[in-house]
Amino acid sequence: MTLELPTAVPLQAYLALAAILFCTGVWGLINSRNAVRVLMSIELMLNAVNINLMAFSSYIDGQLIRGQVFAIFVITVAAAEAAVGLAILLSLYRNRETVDMERFNLLRW
Amino acid sequence: MTIASSTQLICFVALSAAVAIGALGVVLLPNIVYSAFLLGGVFLSVAGLYLLLNASFVAAAQVLVYVGAVNVLILFAIMLVNKQENLAAIPGLAVRRLLSGAVCAGLFTLLLRVAFTTPWATPGPTPVGEEATIRIGEHLFSDYLLPFELASVLLLMAMIGAIVLARRDVFSADIATGEPADQGLIEKSRTPLLLEKTNP
Repeated sequence: MTLELPTAVPLQAYLALAAILFCTGVWGLINSRNAVRVLMSIELMLNAVNINLMAFSSYIDGQLIRGQVFAIFVITVAAAEAAVGLAILLSLYRNRETVDMERFNLLRW
Repeated sequence: MTIASSTQLICFVALSAAVAIGALGVVLLPNIVYSAFLLGGVFLSVAGLYLLLNASFVAAAQVLVYVGAVNVLILFAIMLVNKQENLAAIPGLAVRRLLSGAVCAGLFTLLLRVAFTTPWATPGPTPVGEEATIRIGEHLFSDYLLPFELASVLLLMAMIGAIVLARRDVFSADIATGEPADQGLIEKSRTPLLLEKTNP
């Protein structure tokens, strides 16, 4: 029996969608004034990487689905990153009384 | 085109449109609460894409971890730091946005070119489908055992680190005046820990 599932949507469509998501995340990461939105943009970029991993895992590595294992590890690291990032954000907010990225300039000379 | 493949195509188009528009909304909407809820929608749509890619376990993990944990965490952070503040205008903001938009468009073009010119080795082997969960379990307990255990250590470190960073009863003094600093979690009128640097 032959599954013709991979012919309906080509692999390149998933890669293009992941590229759109990643570039949106990069733009938001650079241009956001709110620190919470910066963390959200990082989550968008991590999701784009996960879409790529899952697409390759399904289309190229269908038997040993190593991409799915990698995606699980990426999800784990993203959860840890979100927790620590939001804790740092709370600490920053307590010290600086703002969430404006332009005013987090203590290390700027 | 069979019914299965056309259904798959329709699902893919709908989910990818939801992902792209939702991501733009997350980045562009002025109200950050709407952005957070749209981010939950984007996570759910990505989980639907995983279902299209024969990965039900990772789709469930995506819904549990991202929508259930990360998005709720972001909403709590918004709730804790939700002070209405008027952001000061910055000179050259439009120029910066245009320049970074050009950089992102260039990156997008590069990624598209890589995606469409590389001769991918498709079609690969037949996807395992519903056996994916069994296969992931075998991977996690045989050849990916060390990263699996390291992930548990990483999660423990992140948990302890987040508690230490976000706790409020750390007694410290203001570096400028030497008085004990108020470190309440909820916004109220108080003196900031670090005084604003006055321009000489």
